[in-house]
Amino acid sequence: MLVLHANMELLRKLLVGFVRDEVRKVGISKVVLGLSGGIDSALVAFIAAEALGAENVHALCMPYKTSNPESEAHARLVAKACGVNFSVVPITAMVDAYFDTFPDADNMRRGNKMARERMTILFDHSALLRALVLGTSNKTELLLGYGTLYGDMASALNPIGDIYKSHVWQLSAAMGVPAEVIEKQPSADLWAGQTDEEELGFSYRQVDELLYRMVDQRLTKQELVADGFEAGFVDTIYAKIQNSHFKRRLPVIAKVSNRTIDRDFRYARDWGK
Amino acid sequence: MDFTAVLAQIKPKLGCVSDNLAQIEEQIIKASEAGADLIIFPELALSGYFLKDLVPEVALRLDSSEILKLIELSRGISIVIGFVEESDDYHFYNSALYLEDGAIRHRHRKVYLPTYGLFDEQRYLARGESFRAFDTKFGRLAMLICEDMWHLSASYILAMDGATTLICLSSSPARGIEGDSPGSAAAWQKLVSTTAMFLNCRVLYSNRVGFEDGVNFWGGSEYVAASGESVIRAALLEEDIITARVTEGALRRERIISPLMRDENLFVTLQELRRIADKRCG
Repeated sequence: MLVLHANMELLRKLLVGFVRDEVRKVGISKVVLGLSGGIDSALVAFIAAEALGAENVHALCMPYKTSNPESEAHARLVAKACGVNFSVVPITAMVDAYFDTFPDADNMRRGNKMARERMTILFDHSALLRALVLGTSNKTELLLGYGTLYGDMASALNPIGDIYKSHVWQLSAAMGVPAEVIEKQPSADLWAGQTDEEELGFSYRQVDELLYRMVDQRLTKQELVADGFEAGFVDTIYAKIQNSHFKRRLPVIAKVSNRTIDRDFRYARDWGK
Repeated sequence: MDFTAVLAQIKPKLGCVSDNLAQIEEQIIKASEAGADLIIFPELALSGYFLKDLVPEVALRLDSSEILKLIELSRGISIVIGFVEESDDYHFYNSALYLEDGAIRHRHRKVYLPTYGLFDEQRYLARGESFRAFDTKFGRLAMLICEDMWHLSASYILAMDGATTLICLSSSPARGIEGDSPGSAAAWQKLVSTTAMFLNCRVLYSNRVGFEDGVNFWGGSEYVAASGESVIRAALLEEDIITARVTEGALRRERIISPLMRDENLFVTLQELRRIADKRCG
């Protein structure tokens, strides 16, 4: 049943090359990223350090008062292991100041606010350090919409957006991300004991196998069921991809002119680079 | 005759014709000083690949100063270059020029413009309408641009037109991470080798490197002998300039050992294609 496999040496070369080339061609030598203590941002820190030199990578840990203290410890461990610059910018004061006005806000609103608070800090540091913000969302999360629009999904460049969580685990091991970080349960760390897989209702390995066949190989529903996936699971994932598609697009613009941005005004972002 | 061909695996800047021209000139002068006979650049080397609405901005007429400069440089070394060509009737082509002794020996306009997956060429560019071999100092040659080579008929026509060397200019994106090299690189290597073997032709394949909007171009430019054997291959994923020593003797021997092209029956092929075309036209 397992069809997802990749050559880690090749993948590493491509992603390191991507960061080196796409950062330097805009005349910048540094990057900044949020280091959560989880595996995705750990991997991106390792890739960036290899691409640009650890001294050109700035990792920020941005805990909230309910964040698991282990997360910051793991972020520190990762920064030390790959040698990147590391600092801690707590977000408790700003987030609490806002929710003092909206004390009834639920976990989703609070989680989104925290993600967007971190985004503003990263982009402020982008200006402060003359560094591009690296994204840390993987393909699994992006397809499922398991991220905050304009929050953790915001970045200038994302090295891991086309690789599944299963690949993230493999590549992290190949690049020397500390074992504690690889082996722990993935978590958005919004409240104590939260885990991604519990919240999503399926395991990453299970959904990656489905996503790879559905998205990359374009198998039909009948073929997926014949491959052993439950019809209900296939429908649920299909709906998740469809319903979160807005998060993967620019805001929709009402067309009135002959040349509308991104519709008939089309240029690569690397225009002139 | 024997000759040396340089495959210039460069990294063009997207939409920056003057920067790219400077880079190309530098490589031409270096190759010329090193005594090479021919230098081959990748597809759209003067402009970069994912041009979209930049196409009319980077397009060059054959009488533009940039092309005239390259024509002038071809007095010292023969040059194959890819660029966006603007015609008198304001069509834009993905073109390649073969320049020799201060003249344009041949122009090929890409016939097969991929418009699927990550490709969108036919939206922005006009289609070429011919495949022709042409005579040079180094024998009868032919040019294909990237996707052209994936159509067996294109290489077949050129070989039947007497070409013994096929030059392919490419901007091939890397995709597929399962194998030792990108999946697209492995597919290309198979294609180039098989084409050379089937048609008893040597192939000079020039592919670019670098990234455009996250898309990597994998490089791996190579010289494949008429036997299908890869004689020399450039680095994957990195800028590289390689020099191939192309010998007439190897081609002659291969054509004696494996006379497939001698035995190829043009008239049976034509008769059957005519029959199929007639049937399609109803």
